[in-house]
Amino acid sequence: MEQFIQQLVNGISLGSIYALIALGYTMVYGIVKLINFAHGDVFMVGAFIGFYSITFLHLGFFPALLISMAACALFGVLIERIAYKPLRNATRIAALITAIGVSLFIEYGTIYIRGAQPEAYPNNVVPLKSIELFGVKISGQSILILAVSIFLMIVLQFVVHKTKIGKAMRAVSHDQDAAKLMGINVNNTISATFAIGSALAGAAGVIFGMYYTKIEPLMGIIPGLKAFVAAVLGGIGIIPGAMVGGLLLGVIEALVSALGGSLWRDAVAFIVLILILIFRPAGLFGKNVREKV
Amino acid sequence: MRKRKLAGIFMSLMVAAGVIAGCSESSSGGGGGSDKGGEIKIGANLELSGGVASYGQSIKEGIDLALDEINKDGIDGKKVKLVTFDNKSEAPEAINGATKLISQDKVSAIIGSATSGNTKAQVEIAQSNNIPLLTPTGTAADVTVKGGKLNDYVFRTCFIDPFQGTVAAQFAAKDLKVKTAAIFIDSSSDYSKGLADSFKEKFAKEGGKIISEEAYVAKDTDFHSQLTNIKGKNPDFVFIPGYYEEVGLIVKQAREVGITVPLMGADGWDSPTLVDLAGKDALNNTFITNHYSSGDDDAKVQEFVKAFKAKYKDKSPDAFNALGYDSAYFLADAIKRAGSSDPKKIQKALAETDGLELITGVMKLDKNHNPIKAAVILEYKNGEQQFKTKVNP
Repeated sequence: MEQFIQQLVNGISLGSIYALIALGYTMVYGIVKLINFAHGDVFMVGAFIGFYSITFLHLGFFPALLISMAACALFGVLIERIAYKPLRNATRIAALITAIGVSLFIEYGTIYIRGAQPEAYPNNVVPLKSIELFGVKISGQSILILAVSIFLMIVLQFVVHKTKIGKAMRAVSHDQDAAKLMGINVNNTISATFAIGSALAGAAGVIFGMYYTKIEPLMGIIPGLKAFVAAVLGGIGIIPGAMVGGLLLGVIEALVSALGGSLWRDAVAFIVLILILIFRPAGLFGKNVREKV
Repeated sequence: MRKRKLAGIFMSLMVAAGVIAGCSESSSGGGGGSDKGGEIKIGANLELSGGVASYGQSIKEGIDLALDEINKDGIDGKKVKLVTFDNKSEAPEAINGATKLISQDKVSAIIGSATSGNTKAQVEIAQSNNIPLLTPTGTAADVTVKGGKLNDYVFRTCFIDPFQGTVAAQFAAKDLKVKTAAIFIDSSSDYSKGLADSFKEKFAKEGGKIISEEAYVAKDTDFHSQLTNIKGKNPDFVFIPGYYEEVGLIVKQAREVGITVPLMGADGWDSPTLVDLAGKDALNNTFITNHYSSGDDDAKVQEFVKAFKAKYKDKSPDAFNALGYDSAYFLADAIKRAGSSDPKKIQKALAETDGLELITGVMKLDKNHNPIKAAVILEYKNGEQQFKTKVNP
């Protein structure tokens, strides 16, 4: 029983990182119907910015997190303006292929600049003791990850539902042309969406670095794909869906490993994706909208 | 697809041409091994640049130091001349290097390369030209044996991978006196599986019991689930034969989930990056097996460390330095006993090596040309490797 709870805690820690990345996927998809495959690489860039803020600028965890989020927000907007905006009226497949191109460009650009060798996050950034709860050992870092993730998600819900820009985002995602007619600046709204999504990915990068220590230029690929699965699992384009999808995927992976199938972990993640696509194409939270012929 | 196929055919033609060229030239040159002007030429085909440049450079430093000492008196009055070739850490270049060293430079033997892969690339050329090939650090079992048949011109100075598993099991059972162990392997690596197999066999023989076996795949970053499983079984000891990139994270996460028992690995752990990844505290109470330690109190080792520091600005020699140094002595000893620079006689003398005292232990070859010699156990204390003990097979 203790072991089961311990595995659940492992899964939730992993899942909250997936959830943070999945939010960016889902927001961007919701607003421009683009699967931004470069999103996992923004996560990687965020991890490196956090790392350099901590090692070279000698900042603590929270300042590094904020710097990384700000820099990633800027980076996300830049990607959107340079790579995706000119293609906004092109076919969906053209934009998708561009996204893959941007992803490879960021990965290998990073390798070109700093080399492919991994880097280790310093261990003493957050000197938290682990605590024992009913015989379950929970590391201070897991708790911090969970707290930061939940906090960021609440902030996101607030922004989307209670602010003007959130209202604009919802309007644009509902109907771009109508929103434009209502006087909403669509370009700025899309930029804001990329900025928020990328900032969350940057935060996930710093948290990942702190929790798992090792960061390297290709680290974004697998978490990026998993987060994509999580976003689809919850229903792509739906914000609460991404959170639940991320946590669920993390827990599923941890339990698969716990049952002795650690080598099947990644396979199970993608089997879940396939099953969802077959039985509930719109995801757990999605409404099944019948297309008119 | 078609382009790739064509490129493949072209490549294989190139390789074949290289091999044929090598054969014909060396046969006209009388099987290599000239001793013009009282000197014996040996080749070094090493990774001096490219991905694993640090391995090749370290080996070269060791060889250079050894040759300085050997050439003070020479071997029966003859000086040894080293011809170096940089294979850029790539197998095709290693093939080119072997061909060049044999056909143009007419060396009596080749030392190299650092990795098993680059050494295996040269095996065919060495075999068909009857030139001894000695790898200082190629630890894969199939370097000297191919398809159950011995490559009789191929030798190595290091012990092979599975041996480290045996040593680790012996150390765990006899020195740490543990009864139960868990194994956590990288299922995508032959190195890891080989070590785990030999560990299991020896540990069972010593009366121990393996109570948990978990696996991961290289490049994974999250090991909490498997480690939680291991912790649930409460083993006295965990054996983790892997490479430092993952092991660093495993050690850190193992301590996080509350595994406090000794952890142990092999030479795959040996990198400064391990300490960065795992953290100094998490690494306490962990052990590794290795070829050599500069902290070994053996007089011969200390003499070597002193000589090495004198030549290389106070740099402390690592295992690659020591194995490079030993390779030169291993070869020099065989040349002396052969009494000639004839590659065939050197091959025979190398195979008959028994009881040669080297820095990395007393050398004796088994029937597969694998050295049987001591391994050292190192313990991590506050992020520093400390010499713990030496285990003889």
